[in-house]
Amino acid sequence: MELIEAIILAVLAASTPLLIAATGELVTERSGVLNLGVEGMMIVGAACGFAGAWLTGSIFIGALFGIVAGTLMSLVFALMALGLAVNQVATGLALTILGVGLSGLIGAGFVGERITPALHLNIPGLTDIPLVGRVLFGEDAFVYFSLALVVGVWWFLYRTRPGLILRACGDNHVSAHALGYPVLRIRALAVMFGGACAGLAGAYLPLAYTPFFIPGMTAGRGWIALALVVFSSWRPGRLVVGAYLFGAVTILQLHAQGWGVGIPSQLMSALPYLATVVVLVLLSRARTGGSTAPAALGTVFVPDR
Amino acid sequence: MQLVLEKRAERSNTIALISPLIAIGLTIVTMVILFAILGKNPLLALYAYFIAPLTDSYSLQEIAVKATPLVMIAIGLSLCYLANAWNIGAEGQFLIGAVAGSWIAVKTQGTDAGGWVLPVMLVLAAAAGALYALIPAICKVKFGASEILTSLMLVYVADLFLDYLVRGPWRDPHGFNFPTTAEFDPVATVPLLIEGGRLHLGSIIALLVVAAVAILLGRTIKGFEIRVVGAAPRAARFGGFNSNQLIILTFAVSGALAGLAGIIEVAGPVGHLQPGISPGYGFTAIIVAFLGRLNPLGILIAGLFLALTFIGGEQAQIAMKIPLDVTKVFQGILLFYVLACDSLILYRFKLVFPKRQVARGTH
Repeated sequence: MELIEAIILAVLAASTPLLIAATGELVTERSGVLNLGVEGMMIVGAACGFAGAWLTGSIFIGALFGIVAGTLMSLVFALMALGLAVNQVATGLALTILGVGLSGLIGAGFVGERITPALHLNIPGLTDIPLVGRVLFGEDAFVYFSLALVVGVWWFLYRTRPGLILRACGDNHVSAHALGYPVLRIRALAVMFGGACAGLAGAYLPLAYTPFFIPGMTAGRGWIALALVVFSSWRPGRLVVGAYLFGAVTILQLHAQGWGVGIPSQLMSALPYLATVVVLVLLSRARTGGSTAPAALGTVFVPDR
Repeated sequence: MQLVLEKRAERSNTIALISPLIAIGLTIVTMVILFAILGKNPLLALYAYFIAPLTDSYSLQEIAVKATPLVMIAIGLSLCYLANAWNIGAEGQFLIGAVAGSWIAVKTQGTDAGGWVLPVMLVLAAAAGALYALIPAICKVKFGASEILTSLMLVYVADLFLDYLVRGPWRDPHGFNFPTTAEFDPVATVPLLIEGGRLHLGSIIALLVVAAVAILLGRTIKGFEIRVVGAAPRAARFGGFNSNQLIILTFAVSGALAGLAGIIEVAGPVGHLQPGISPGYGFTAIIVAFLGRLNPLGILIAGLFLALTFIGGEQAQIAMKIPLDVTKVFQGILLFYVLACDSLILYRFKLVFPKRQVARGTH
């Protein structure tokens, strides 16, 4: 029983950064912008988050540092892809290349340092309930925040007027513009939200997942988050399912290595990446009738005046 | 005050030519600021980065050696990007090529295998790179799966596969437990061009690739098709060009070139298979392709320039203790400026002041 509990806790911890980053990217993509720079924003968020927490001794301030760093990175993207109408695919790649370099530069002084990771919730009585206590009432704050974030995004997109306008920009920017909505400004805000989420997701890694920073510690999670958005058909609810499935695959490979299964550890480590490819293929195949992606996703919009 | 883009009636060819130069200029200005922030003398740092490597023959050879994989990979990527196919996984195709070619080198180790070894290694590496690139291409064409994400995921898989081989079955038994194969036999090594130097035959192969692709793009129907499918997909459909077929073709060619670059790197400058054989060549090549304006000659120049930043970065680290990551930051910023300046080819930038604007509701 304790093993199952430990596995569920580990799966939730592994899924949380994926869920936060993917939720942010979902909002960005729903506004019609494809930001492939998630990995870059995450890794800078990880470096800045650790730096913030190490300098101030506060996990909360570290998380804020991560959010600000991710937002600043996304502003650069918004300026390029929206302000200058540059190809979004190329700009996103540039953001990732830049982010990897910046993260190495910022984080260099912090390699080898340790911090006290984010505390897990402990409510006497509730957390002590056998079986479900630890899982439901014993997570770190990020886990609860990530779930609140998804619910909030769902509510915003489907139950509010600004959410409706944002989706309209993603589906048909020409019509949204004709109706008088500031398409570029709405998209810029969506991109910044995505950046803030990616920065926070990156900061989660050194603040709660491991208590230290190593260069390249995001290890492709930003790209998996992008795949998760496709997996979810751009719907927040399915995003939760997808993120937890991928977290489970990640933890499965870790445990399989621990159990000494006679499979090379590298093959097990490749599992999350292989799973991503397989999932993308299966989903795209199932959807041959028509794409569920926002219709204007990734297209350049230059309002004529 | 607001920045407004105005579409040019036709693309500006003057700006198309000078935009990479503007981008490099802006990048250098940005770097000066970054060096100052890092507390380094910007002028000395710029000298270490861009001038010092050009002053001795060893560094010049080293630039050519570094430029070789960059140019080969970028040439292939440019074909993909011209056809609007987004191969982001060249790094993985590079690694798989290195692995496939090394297989022959490892199997013939210490035998009296003859001069056939290296040519077979090159062919096998190119074939493996092409096959590996075909996975995302086929997933895209058959199932509509995003080639950007699948090709990228396969980079991590290739990296782990190489890691497994050099830690497991292919590990050098006399290698003190280091994850590496034994040094390749001379017949499995790319010959040097200058006795005692570093320049090797691979650089000649890269030049041949540049020439071949220049002819393909400029003088053949296939090259024309690639350019039309990318630039005007609708026109291409009316012209009866098959864009799916071109995705397969351009991915296969770029994968083959990346694989070839991989084995040339391993059988040349590195000399054995080990993890970390690429300092991100597959990703830097994306910058090379764009900086070179997706044009073979431009890519050759851009490749040499990016190679200079690698060598300059190493020299700046040794001479001034500037962290190596500065090179990556430099490359990222350069790509941003290149893309931003490209925007000038299609649009005119205008600053509009809100007072002069006609009232338009929320604008």
